[in-house]
Amino acid sequence: MALTLEDINKIAHLARLGLSDDEKNRYNDSLNNILGLIDELQAVNTAGIEPLAHSLDVTQPLRPDVVSEKNQREAYQHIAPATQDGLYLVPKVIE
Amino acid sequence: MLHTYTLAALRDGLARGDFSSRELTQHFLNRINQYDGQLNSFITICDQQALQQADAADAARAKGTAHALAGIPLAQKDIFCTKGVKTTCASKMLDNFISPYNATVISNSEAAGLVMLGKTNMDEFAMGSSNETSFYGGVKNPWDLSKVPGGSSGGSAAAVAARLAPAATGTDTGGSIRQPAALCNLTGLKPTYGRVSRWGMIAFASSLDQAGPMTQTAEDAALLMNVMAGHDDKDSTSINTAAPDYTANLNNSLQGLRIGIPKQYFGEGLDADVEQVVRDALKELEKQGAILVDIDLPNTGLSVPAYYVIAPAEASSNLSRFDGVRYGYRCENPVDLTDLYKRSRGEGFGSEVKRRIMIGTYALSAGYYDAYYLQAQKIRRLIQQDFANAFAQCDVIAGPTSPTVAFGFGEKNANPIAMYLSDIYTIATNLAGLPAMSIPAGFSQNLPVGLQLIGNYWQEAQLLNVAHRYQQATLWHQELPELFK
Repeated sequence: MALTLEDINKIAHLARLGLSDDEKNRYNDSLNNILGLIDELQAVNTAGIEPLAHSLDVTQPLRPDVVSEKNQREAYQHIAPATQDGLYLVPKVIE
Repeated sequence: MLHTYTLAALRDGLARGDFSSRELTQHFLNRINQYDGQLNSFITICDQQALQQADAADAARAKGTAHALAGIPLAQKDIFCTKGVKTTCASKMLDNFISPYNATVISNSEAAGLVMLGKTNMDEFAMGSSNETSFYGGVKNPWDLSKVPGGSSGGSAAAVAARLAPAATGTDTGGSIRQPAALCNLTGLKPTYGRVSRWGMIAFASSLDQAGPMTQTAEDAALLMNVMAGHDDKDSTSINTAAPDYTANLNNSLQGLRIGIPKQYFGEGLDADVEQVVRDALKELEKQGAILVDIDLPNTGLSVPAYYVIAPAEASSNLSRFDGVRYGYRCENPVDLTDLYKRSRGEGFGSEVKRRIMIGTYALSAGYYDAYYLQAQKIRRLIQQDFANAFAQCDVIAGPTSPTVAFGFGEKNANPIAMYLSDIYTIATNLAGLPAMSIPAGFSQNLPVGLQLIGNYWQEAQLLNVAHRYQQATLWHQELPELFK
């Protein structure tokens, strides 16, 4: 099933990727090639097979609900593009 | 010469006082200065910090408190967060990122007194098989500067192959330790998923990524595994069992070892000369008492398409954290939040990364999740089952690491699929989570050929044993590229 430019626009928006028209055309082609490769998967009969998300038969380890980390806001925010009063600054979200 | 010494020899030399860590570190820093212009294997060189670490190691050794490997220089792939040191993942997105903390692999290295020479070049966000996608430019193969070193751990591979570092760390999601090791004449090990902590290792595909050693020998890989492996509370996917001493069984006899030879790894697409080198290597193992057993891995052909759904899907999720808000690249004068996200990401990521994010986003999107992602995860179980069936008949599985020797720059860029297919022998082991390594097995057209060994879960020590016994009987791993002797 070939992707159209409209599909590319939708996917790029979902992924929050700003692409030029030239990039969109190139991705349209290469994505269709890759879809050709992965379409082989459709032909395989996987009835009754459980998906394998993790190769090991383990469960999420738990620990006591007790604070174990120290506050390092200063160190972590030191490298941010823009901060104020311990908050990260971004362009206005709500009109 | 110091740069031809293995980690084992350096350890012994330091213990005897033949040289100091400072001399050793300076020697490698000089070599990097002299030769790396030709290779581009390093993104950041940590001269001052390295010499400080070397001096600290020398002081500890004088007091008698040094770890056995203290003072030995090591190169770290630029995918591991290093406190106070630029950590870029070879991307414009992180060109300005000074990590505020150390990855567990890094803190383990520091605790062992290893000296960090610098951060090595790689494919951007670990996506690639040729080290051509780096924001900092491609890396050259020391065996032939017109050829790629492989990827994504191409910088680590080139640095060790040229002996600008005696060893390095790499990461492997679809073959990114093993394939560059094969193309550059190194020993590279991808441990069982969960064996080495991923905390602080910038995530590409969380269910596939593993860090591992890239060294001159299997013994050196075992020494480095003793430093890298182990449980980490901070990585909930790290296995909560103690790692063994990987050097303990290196010399075990191979008598009676059953080596499975999958017919799917010796079929179409494999270069005839590469096949011959690999078959000769297998004969060498037979001489030591190993028995070759034909096995079948019927779903091998599905591993590349399954991987190219699963890995990009996981990557699209992992890379969503790069949004220009808390760290990394931010576009200029964003007009609103959407613009901030789209232009920071559009400008910060390279084209292969964007391509994979797009594929992953599509495969996970409403209406396609079942057909692509879920289907790929079911096929992943079939692939895991193939290996389980095979290991009922053999102890280790062997074959070529790469279908060809190192290829030329640009050769596989016309169609991304050509590049993706070069991972055909390595990818299934990541999907199944099994340990695997590549070792030097000979040459074709004057370029290195790697033999891949795949083990059952947690059997790294057995793989290292087979590799070590092979290296005691052969000299391929001691060959050096002419330009860097």
